[in-house]
Amino acid sequence: MTPSPLARRLIDQFQHGLPLCAEPYRAMADALGCSQAQVLDCLQHLQLAGTLSRVGPVFEHTRAGASTLAALAVPVDRLQQVAARVSQYPEVNHNYAREHRYNLWFVLTGPDRAHLDNILRELENDTGLTPLDLPMLTAYRIDLGFALEATP
Amino acid sequence: MNPTLSDHQSLQLRRLLETGLPLTPRPFQALAEQIDASEQQILDQMQDWHEQGLFRRVGLVVNHRALGFAANAMLVLDVPDALVDEVGRRLGQAPGISLCYQRPRRLPQWQYNLFCMIHGRQRDRVEAQVQALLEAHLLSDLPHQLLFSTHLFKQCGGRYATPAGVAIDG
Repeated sequence: MTPSPLARRLIDQFQHGLPLCAEPYRAMADALGCSQAQVLDCLQHLQLAGTLSRVGPVFEHTRAGASTLAALAVPVDRLQQVAARVSQYPEVNHNYAREHRYNLWFVLTGPDRAHLDNILRELENDTGLTPLDLPMLTAYRIDLGFALEATP
Repeated sequence: MNPTLSDHQSLQLRRLLETGLPLTPRPFQALAEQIDASEQQILDQMQDWHEQGLFRRVGLVVNHRALGFAANAMLVLDVPDALVDEVGRRLGQAPGISLCYQRPRRLPQWQYNLFCMIHGRQRDRVEAQVQALLEAHLLSDLPHQLLFSTHLFKQCGGRYATPAGVAIDG
């Protein structure tokens, strides 16, 4: 979809730095020179269109708990079934097919490392496939959102 | 001085935040009502967590695909350990790179230790961008691969507050 001019400005300016005050949408509106009702209306439209997942914090996983990037090399004829199995876990927040021998990639988050180990073990037992377990060691750039214009 | 939230209320608030703020004029008031707290207690707790670094960012979480950024590629490189910090910092500052992490190798299955995410509208333009980036940083000779996503099965926020031993649906 093509976002409206207000939607573009909201996306460009408020992927981080949402004001932590009683009326954050009014504060955003003030910063953009429009009304709170326009901001809320725009966000609701973006959410209905599937463009906006949510408004709120993205947790820093090194502080909020444990997380890892995992991958499975799944025989192509089992990919849908194994992907569905992986997606069932509420601890899985991204699950993508990618072009590689390791063709299923997912991010696991949980309260601690032992919790993730249990899930990885369970998945291995259930699928007969050994996950790659690739926890972050160092972040050189963290996700602060992205600019609509600067992206190819 | 407002009384702080109980541990139980904090956990409840974390869970509510993971699914996002209500799109209503007083979102923190709405959350407060759900966990039997005051709006000010919620705001104080948010400020504490923000200062403690619990949040990477607070704001709009958008779905790249719905905006037309369908070419989601993961660039992985095998960088000598002595150079990985320097290369990571350089690539992390490059335009178009939205994430840059060092992760462990898992030999012999997986040799790559540096991961970059690139979101773009068109595959060929992402490929050209990556090639130019590697050339500009004299990295073209390092073993590397570009893994495009072909299908999104699931995308949502992290669920850190899930209690251990949670029952799994299905």
